[in-house]
Amino acid sequence: MNHRRARKSRAVEEQRQGPPPPVIQVRGLTKSYGHGDATVHALRGPADPVTGEPMGVTLDIEQGDFVAVMGSSGSGKSTLMNILGCLDVPTGGRYLLDGVDVGHLDEQQLSLVRNRKIGFIFQSFNLVPRTTALAQVELPLAYAGVRAAERRRRAEAALTLVGLDKRMDHKPNELSGGQQQRVAVARALVTAPAMLLADEPTGNLDTRSTEEVLSIIDGLNATGRTVVLITHEDEVAAHAKRVLRLVDGQVISDVRQGAVAGPPPLLADTLATTRRVPLVGGPR
Amino acid sequence: MILWQMIRFAFAGLAANKVRSALTMLGVLIGVASVILLLAVGNGSSVAVKNSITALGTNSLTVTSGSAGGARTASTVKKLTVDDARALADPSAAPDIKSVAPVVTASATADYGNISYTPGSVIGTYPAYFETANEKIAHGDYFSSDDVLNSSKVAVIGSTTAQQLFDTEDPVGKKISLGGTPFTVVGVLATKGGATGFNDPDDVVIAPLPTVQNAFTGFSSVNQILVQATSADTTTQAQSEITQILMGTHSLTDPTKLDFRVSNQSQLLSARESTSQTFTVLLGAVAAISLLVGGIGITNIMLVTVTERTREIGIRKALGAPKAVILGQFLAESTLLSVIGAGLGVAVGMAGSHFSVVGIKPVVIPSSVLGAFAIAVAIGLFFGSYPANRAASLRPIDALRHE
Repeated sequence: MNHRRARKSRAVEEQRQGPPPPVIQVRGLTKSYGHGDATVHALRGPADPVTGEPMGVTLDIEQGDFVAVMGSSGSGKSTLMNILGCLDVPTGGRYLLDGVDVGHLDEQQLSLVRNRKIGFIFQSFNLVPRTTALAQVELPLAYAGVRAAERRRRAEAALTLVGLDKRMDHKPNELSGGQQQRVAVARALVTAPAMLLADEPTGNLDTRSTEEVLSIIDGLNATGRTVVLITHEDEVAAHAKRVLRLVDGQVISDVRQGAVAGPPPLLADTLATTRRVPLVGGPR
Repeated sequence: MILWQMIRFAFAGLAANKVRSALTMLGVLIGVASVILLLAVGNGSSVAVKNSITALGTNSLTVTSGSAGGARTASTVKKLTVDDARALADPSAAPDIKSVAPVVTASATADYGNISYTPGSVIGTYPAYFETANEKIAHGDYFSSDDVLNSSKVAVIGSTTAQQLFDTEDPVGKKISLGGTPFTVVGVLATKGGATGFNDPDDVVIAPLPTVQNAFTGFSSVNQILVQATSADTTTQAQSEITQILMGTHSLTDPTKLDFRVSNQSQLLSARESTSQTFTVLLGAVAAISLLVGGIGITNIMLVTVTERTREIGIRKALGAPKAVILGQFLAESTLLSVIGAGLGVAVGMAGSHFSVVGIKPVVIPSSVLGAFAIAVAIGLFFGSYPANRAASLRPIDALRHE
């Protein structure tokens, strides 16, 4: 298995030659469910002017960007997120993650990609039950084959980063919603992934916890981590540098709120007004 | 490292549903324990049969008077005599006979000091009897051929008789009165054991044939003749030689109308042994079925566990758990169930084999313990592989959506 991993990462290196490609390159991506008349196009993109067939979603996300994907239920934003996270496979189109076409990967390689390149943050936290925060954060490292001591050191660092250094031995049922989501954030960033995928990360949180979690995500983006965040709240989208709106499986608007380089807009405002550095984040 | 992690996860998984895990283990436990115990019972009974064959002497034949079926009238039955025994002892006529011992049995009360006790039987015979009947001296000595010739008033007593009459005293050299005749005890037999009901083989007094005939039975006939063949393989030839010779001495011509019976105990017992082996196989089969049922219990409970933890499997897959890790985790869990269940089953089986079951003392077969344990663990792996494979093959998106 290690041989396979080594081969895989070499392949990744080879594809990386030249200027750094966008983290995400999506070309004509479609996803449909069902057959014939009952077909539902969850992702369709603009219709082909000649045939009327869906042409699929095309999208590039730069390294270091903070993108909010907005849309109502059924707009296809969760489908997009699942495909971007390699949890689901598209019906058509190509998806290059960090320069690698994930469409050609088998299940074993996909699990490797999820482990190395993507950090998930879910609306419902999705922590493993009966497992302490520390073990929780160590889990992706364990799957990556990191040695125990190293694993522990990195997991502790990640938990400290999200301000949970005092809660490492707590199990999910002993943590508040905000704390659970912060454990999930620590778990997502501990492998230093190419991209953080957050699916309505504040959907189940109160206002205070929402602010805590978002400021952590802001801080992570400020240190260069690419973030893709799905939400339907404007307050949450305000944190992003770029806002995509999806309706019926196609992107209807693409608004840039801040430069790819530099801190996310709200964090920049805070820095400008208070001149105080809220120390979240750190080198990768 | 990953392995250790898996075992820890497996323990945590089992601990999360203690009652369920315990009941599943109970299934395996009962299976393993019953395999060990029932095979031990079957083995115990065949060991008992083997022991009684050895106790009898594997190459001994018993000649008794009486017809083996057919017409039987008092006038045609000729009793066995010492002359018959002498005829059998002729090596030229019966080359397969090693030794011959005529036996008379009597009943008499033995007195020593003020203790009075009636031993199970008083036997009068030749010294050859000891070897043929597999009677060994524990203390003192056998009586000799000279004692037979001289009609010496000496006796060898069984361990039960010795205990009853002398308690802790040393019987050798002591004089006992047997039905009024004084006998000197020259030896005590080793305990044979295996007392079945009211027939204790250690409750005997054995004295020279003429002495017992003189004191109790008279000289007309003997009760039986104990014959020892040269080896266990020649018992059949010896048997036909006995029949030939005794037909001559009893002036019989029709081999279907004999007035004596030659019984070959070891043949009878080996038939019984094969019966008990069949019995063992049957018991083993029943036990194996219960082990199988225990294995199906594992599959059942693991399927429930997988369904219950589908979401957790989805989370792990989203975090990048390879298929092999998920597979390993659930296999570890099912194997742990079977290993613990089988371990406890071995303990229960071993403990249970210390009690006798329906009069049979179970004798544990070491290979059955190992085999039952190994099969149980294999069953855990085999029956756990279906649910584990199902868990590992779940698509992450489906698993995560599962509520």
